[in-house]
Amino acid sequence: MEKLINDFSFGLFFWQFIILVVLIFVLGKFAWKPIVNALEAREEGIADALAAAENAKREMANLKTDNERLLKEARAERDAMIKEAREIKEALIAEAKEEAQAQGEKMISQAKAAIEGEKQAALNVLKNQVSSLSIEIAEKLIKDQLENKEAQTKLVEKMLEEVKLN
Amino acid sequence: MVTLKKSLNLLAVILFAITPVFSFAQQSVETAVDVTSKTDAVAIEEEHVAVEKTQADKVAEFIDHHLKDDYSFIFFADEAEGKKYGFSLPVILIDNGLKVFMSSEFDHGNKLVEKDGQTYRLYHSKIYKTDAEGTISYDEKGHPSNEKPLDFSITKNVASLFFTTILLFVMFLGLARTYKNGPNNLPKGFARVLEPLVLYVRDEMAIPNIGVKKYRKFMPYLLTVFFLIFLLNLLGLTPLGFNVTGSISVTACLAIFTFFITQFNGNKDHWLHIFWMPGIPWPMKIFLAPIEILGAIIKPFSLMVRLFANITAGHSVVMGLIAVAFLYQQSLGVGGSVGISFVLSTFLVVLEVLIAFLQAFIFTMLSSLFIGMAVQEHEEH
Repeated sequence: MEKLINDFSFGLFFWQFIILVVLIFVLGKFAWKPIVNALEAREEGIADALAAAENAKREMANLKTDNERLLKEARAERDAMIKEAREIKEALIAEAKEEAQAQGEKMISQAKAAIEGEKQAALNVLKNQVSSLSIEIAEKLIKDQLENKEAQTKLVEKMLEEVKLN
Repeated sequence: MVTLKKSLNLLAVILFAITPVFSFAQQSVETAVDVTSKTDAVAIEEEHVAVEKTQADKVAEFIDHHLKDDYSFIFFADEAEGKKYGFSLPVILIDNGLKVFMSSEFDHGNKLVEKDGQTYRLYHSKIYKTDAEGTISYDEKGHPSNEKPLDFSITKNVASLFFTTILLFVMFLGLARTYKNGPNNLPKGFARVLEPLVLYVRDEMAIPNIGVKKYRKFMPYLLTVFFLIFLLNLLGLTPLGFNVTGSISVTACLAIFTFFITQFNGNKDHWLHIFWMPGIPWPMKIFLAPIEILGAIIKPFSLMVRLFANITAGHSVVMGLIAVAFLYQQSLGVGGSVGISFVLSTFLVVLEVLIAFLQAFIFTMLSSLFIGMAVQEHEEH
């Protein structure tokens, strides 16, 4: 202990004190502060990056499930649409068929009615002609009869033949 | 019987403890007589003394000299010619005004220096005021009783400290510069070694002991102390002859810093625990207060002695083992003694490198622990 006290040098103590104070302040301001701050900033950066990566991973997973869900929905929608289209097509065809049938039937009935009308008209014309012809024949017959009996008969016969030809 | 044995043990311990003081005193009287008789023609006298001393004594003296501070850097000494190679350092004395001169004027203690009518003598690595003849008087314990001037010299240790300071500046201002381009700019080269050490101080010492909330305030001190001690310890292992952390003044200064930082930053709980320990009956509080006050002083004291003793012991043992190469040349032969010395001292130097780190670690660790104890928020007892 005595040797220790004897060895104690105030000058060395003084210089050590000055140097230590200078070191603490100069290094503290220009070295330790930027170093410690930079190390902390780097660690924070790394932690942030890791968290961001984790988030991205989670988001990716979310996105994937979303995509799958969307795909499934789209597929179902497509199936539904195809089915609907098929149904519409069939319905259309059936409708068209029905309509065509109805139209055809209608046309046929119209044609029938027209034919009937024409026939009636033709019959009417025929009746008129027949009646006028008959009247004519009758007129001529009567006229011939009035001139000559033989001739009249012949005429009637001839006329009748003509009628047959008709 | 038991008491007799005990007292005998005590006597033995006291004798053992006093021995170095005695031998030191005897030695000093011897040389003092030599020098005082003929101050100018010391060279012949020195040679005479050298012949008388055994080699072991010389080694012991050399180690003792190394462990002490000095006024010059000596790298190599030629004993036969009495020459020492190195460079001298400035001596700064405050004694009726500032007196600055180079230590070479002392010629390693062989000459007296006279400044403004006051004679100074370099005696056993210390400067004393003497009369014109350089007389050294002694007290009853054998220590020189001459007055000492206020000495602010740039001694070997101070010069080493300056050198280390410059090294620290170069290392850490360089490291700080790498982060200028953003924190993700990783250091290159030597700075790569420093960054993990900084992280080590922060993550292993500051944060666990002081806590995440408060550690930032103490980082400058802890980092400075860690790297200063570590670098000084490592430089002490080089052949430059540094022994800064092995001098009590330096470790005392470091310990006092820790003490004051601890006390100034201590919160209410810290003082309450020292003077009026909560949670115990009041007679015990009175009993505990002196113990706690003593504890607060003993903590930095242990820091001071631990570092000093470890480094001093390390240096002594390494130098002693190197001395084996010279001391056992007769019994082991040149090859044998050099070989043994080489193997042993290499092993020990490797151990010393570990100790250099360990002591820096322990000092910083305990400093942060003491600070942490003073600043922590106590839960209610």
